[in-house]
This record gives sequence, structure tokens and C-alpha cells, in this order.
Amino acid sequence: MMAQPGRLTRHDVAHVAALARLHLSDEELDLFTGQLGSILDHAADVASLDLTGVAPTAHAMAVTNVLRPDLARPGLDRNEVLAEAPSVEDHRFRVPRILGEAP
Amino acid sequence: MSAGGPSPAAELAGAVRGGERRAVEVLEEHLASIDAGEERIHAFNLVTRDEARAQAVAVDRRVAAGGDPGPLAGVPVALKDNLCTRGVPTTCSSRILDGWRPPYDATVVTRLRDAGAVMIGKTNMDEFAMGSSTESSAFGTTRNPHDTTRVPGGSSGGSAAAVAAGFAPMALGSDTGGSIRQPAALCGVVGMKPTYGTVSRYGLVAFASSLDQIGPFAHSVADAALLFDVIGGHDPADSTSLNRPTPRVLSVLDEGIEGLTVGVLSEFLDGAHPEVTARTRQAAEACTAAGARVEEVSVPEVRLGLSAYYLIAPAEASSNLARYDGVRFGLRVDAEDTVAMNTATRSAGFGAEVKRRIMLGTYALSAGYMDAYYNQALRVRTMIIEGFATAYRRFDVLLGPTTPTTAFTIGEKVDDPMSMYLSDVCTIPTNLAGHPAISVPFGTDGGGLPIGVQLLAPALGESVLFRAAAVLEAAAPAPPPTGRWS
Repeated sequence: MMAQPGRLTRHDVAHVAALARLHLSDEELDLFTGQLGSILDHAADVASLDLTGVAPTAHAMAVTNVLRPDLARPGLDRNEVLAEAPSVEDHRFRVPRILGEAP
Repeated sequence: MSAGGPSPAAELAGAVRGGERRAVEVLEEHLASIDAGEERIHAFNLVTRDEARAQAVAVDRRVAAGGDPGPLAGVPVALKDNLCTRGVPTTCSSRILDGWRPPYDATVVTRLRDAGAVMIGKTNMDEFAMGSSTESSAFGTTRNPHDTTRVPGGSSGGSAAAVAAGFAPMALGSDTGGSIRQPAALCGVVGMKPTYGTVSRYGLVAFASSLDQIGPFAHSVADAALLFDVIGGHDPADSTSLNRPTPRVLSVLDEGIEGLTVGVLSEFLDGAHPEVTARTRQAAEACTAAGARVEEVSVPEVRLGLSAYYLIAPAEASSNLARYDGVRFGLRVDAEDTVAMNTATRSAGFGAEVKRRIMLGTYALSAGYMDAYYNQALRVRTMIIEGFATAYRRFDVLLGPTTPTTAFTIGEKVDDPMSMYLSDVCTIPTNLAGHPAISVPFGTDGGGLPIGVQLLAPALGESVLFRAAAVLEAAAPAPPPTGRWS
């Protein structure tokens, strides 16, 4: 018997939202805590099964070692790709700063 | 060229290839239908008039020059808006991709063009294909052509509605947990989900990569077969594409099902509305009348499908949708540093259903919960595959309802995600197993709303699937009055 995870809390939802790079308002936190909790309640039938010895399937029609000839081919047009970017500088994607100020 | 039942799209293509109709005329007729009905239905995010006209002119030129433009010559085809079209906006009905123009075409788009099809527009869908009603679209809900107070189903609701309303004789959708078959059933058209790996996913915006498959919508089984034959086959650009012969189905449609065994899946009948159950039983009788041996069969593992799916699909989605970070394409909401920019962009760009599924998937994959949820779900997936394998040792195809109910009203389920998810309970197990399945219109309920019955087959069993579908189509009660082709 697999150990049953405890009831999803508001704190759990806030933590998961941060991992997923989502900011939730207080109202959204309340709403999602309830809704995700009820979905996970439904998933308890899966979580509580004893499946010792059953192999997991990640892919129903798995194919392995897919190779192609090692030949140079044209890629996507750089200007066409960069034209869709929100911000570009010197043919590169431009983003806000990544590191904070040095302490 | 077509076998068995009606095939309005194949007839159009035949007329264009033979020079009796011009592709531009065919296109203008469909654009006129869109002009007359689109405001009421909202099937499209974008009608690509100029691109379609250029393609139709090119088809007519090839015919005039004595060439053969292909098996879909001049046939307007609507594309779900998660299929990449070079230079043409592809939104997934999400604000985070609003205005994005892909730098390449999906393989299915290339194959359609090579077959002479005319791409008429990009259809509305649930945001990133997450939903069963199109109500999670950022651009408004599509309405069911049979009753505009009701949903068309989803997530490929715009494609199903476009075909049902006569805006296009054919459409493509994608099916991760029923997103082709469920709206096909609710809109009274044919919709088919192929064996995983038979249709290239290159250029299909990913939702749950181990489950997603592109497939056809059409008015008839023969037209769905024609479209499947055009889009199927190995593609080196998709590493999950099966490098083996894809079943060709159009040529076997009239072979019937005499001597085959059909299993009526009892788990799918449980919980279905009595009128849906009655139509499914009537379809089973039609199989018997066609010479098949029909028996009820239980595959108890499929009861676990819904729960396993709502752990696996969100887990894969949470990973796939990490790419929407405001850096390379689509929306960016500026902030003082990159993590804040990523967060602001995603919070503004994704709707509630997408956020729910990303969080559910992130949770199911997070430290401490991965074994209890995600890994358990993968083991259940094995059990479902084995359950089907046992059934397919005795049966050639399985039969059940496509959906537990007919089309529900707009707004009815939006505040209760779990009740929305339950509308895919009969379609999800197929995706987990990687198998093909098809929904065929089979009469209506007492209120005149379409009912779809579903046939399931083992992996690469498309030939027997389409043969059985043709039998059901021929035996179906009078089709509901849909659009111009009925």
C-alpha cells in the first residue's frame, strides 16, 4: 500500500505556483486549493493502489535510438525567428538582468 | 475512388481534378457560409482568406496545365489553432501566443498542401487543448451548430463546429484525451484519433507529448479515411513517428465486418445517459446484422484511466509549457529581473485552466509526491494497456459511447473542473494505450442533439476500425440536420 499524501494545503499551492513561475492572487490561491484538492481526491484511487511489480509505461509506442544521417542541413532562418522575439539585441534574445546586485 | 458511404469532400476533389469545378469557386462558397454563420458559431480564431485564395488559384492553375493537384484538390480544410502555419498566427487560443507567427509549417500542413487542400482558417480550441468545451479559450467560446446555447465539446471544438456548420468539409484537430472524438460526437460529425506515432506531431504545439495525436474531422467515414491517408506516414522530423507502414484505410472501407468479433465495453456504458446507452446498443445490433459476433466485455482497468490521465497529462504539460517564458516568442510582461519577467508573463498569459494543470503537474512531479502520483499513474497506464491486450485477444474491435452525455450548456461545468473532466471518461483510456479510435454519429437524443458511438481498435488497427465505422455509418439513424452537406 502506497503511503497516501496528505490533503493539499494553501501553502502547498503557493509553493507549487512559485516552482511553476506563476503568481497567484489570494482569491486564486483559495480557488485553486479547493479545485486541485478535489482533483487529487479523485486521484486517490490511483495513489492508493498496490502496484508492486507493475512496470511503469511512460510511452505506449516507445521507439528507441532514432537516428538520422549526420548531414548538415539548413536550420530556421535567424531573422525570421528573431522577428518573433519580444526583445532582440545584436541578433540575440534580450532579457532583463538575471543576477542581483553584488552584496 | 471512394468506397461505401457518402464522401462530400472526395466528390469536391474529384470535381476539381476533373475540371468540372474550380477550386476558387468551391472556396468562395465556403467563405460565404462562414460570412453567413461565423458570427453565431465562432468556430475560427482566424479565417485565412488571402492565403486560401492563393492556394485555390494555384490548384486551378495545375488543373488547367494538365497536372494532378492531388487527392484533396481544392478541398477547404480548417486547422486547429495549435498546428503551426508558417507566417500565419498560431495562438493555441492563448494570450501568451497571441500574434505569434511560426517560422515553419507543421508536417500535416505541408502534406495537406501537397495533396491540393486549401487551408481556410485556424479554429478555436480550449487554451493549449486543455478542456472539453472550448470555454477555456482566451478568445471566446465556440457554439454548437445544433444548439448555440450549448458547447461544441473540446478541445478541438472549433474544428468540429466548422465541419458541422458547413464552413469546411474537413478539419484537423488534436486528441490528447478525447479532444477530437468528444467534440465530433457532440457536433454530429466523424472524428478519429490515430495510433500514436502514425501522424507526425512536428509542428503540433505540445500539450502532453506521449498522448497527443493529430487526426481528421469529416462529414463521413470515407472522407475521414481519405484525410487520414493523406496526413499519415513516417516523418523523420518527429522522433516519435513510427517508421513502419501506416495502414491505408480508404481502400478497405467496404470490406465489412462479417466474421469479426465486436466487444461492447461495459465500463463505458456504466454512467452513460440512458439515451446514449440505447444508441450504443442499437449500434451493437447493427454490427450483429452486418455479420459480426457481438458480446459484452469488461476491461475493469479503464475505470482508472481518468485519474491516471489527470496526473500524466498535467505532468507532461507542466514540462512542455515551461517554454512560455517571455524570452523567445509570444507575450512578454516586463519586470526588473528575468525570473520576475517569467512569472509576470506566465501569470498574465495563461488562463485559469492552464494554470490549474501546470500546478497539478508540477505537484505530481515534485519531491515527495512523484512516487505517489506520477509514478503510480505510469503503472496504471501499464495495467490499462494489459487490460486492452486481454480484450483484443478475443475481440477485433471494441464499441462504446464516445461521451456519457450529449452537448451540455455553455457555463454548466466551468466552475467544476472535475465534472468537466468526466466528459472525457470514455475517450481517455485509448490515449493512455496509444491506440486508434473513431467517433461516428449515430442518431440523436430526444432533444435532437447528436450522439456519437465510439469504436476502438488495437495499435495500428486502423483498417478494421474504419471498416467497422463504415458499417455503423450505413446503419445509423437519420443524421441530424447539420450545415450544407446534410
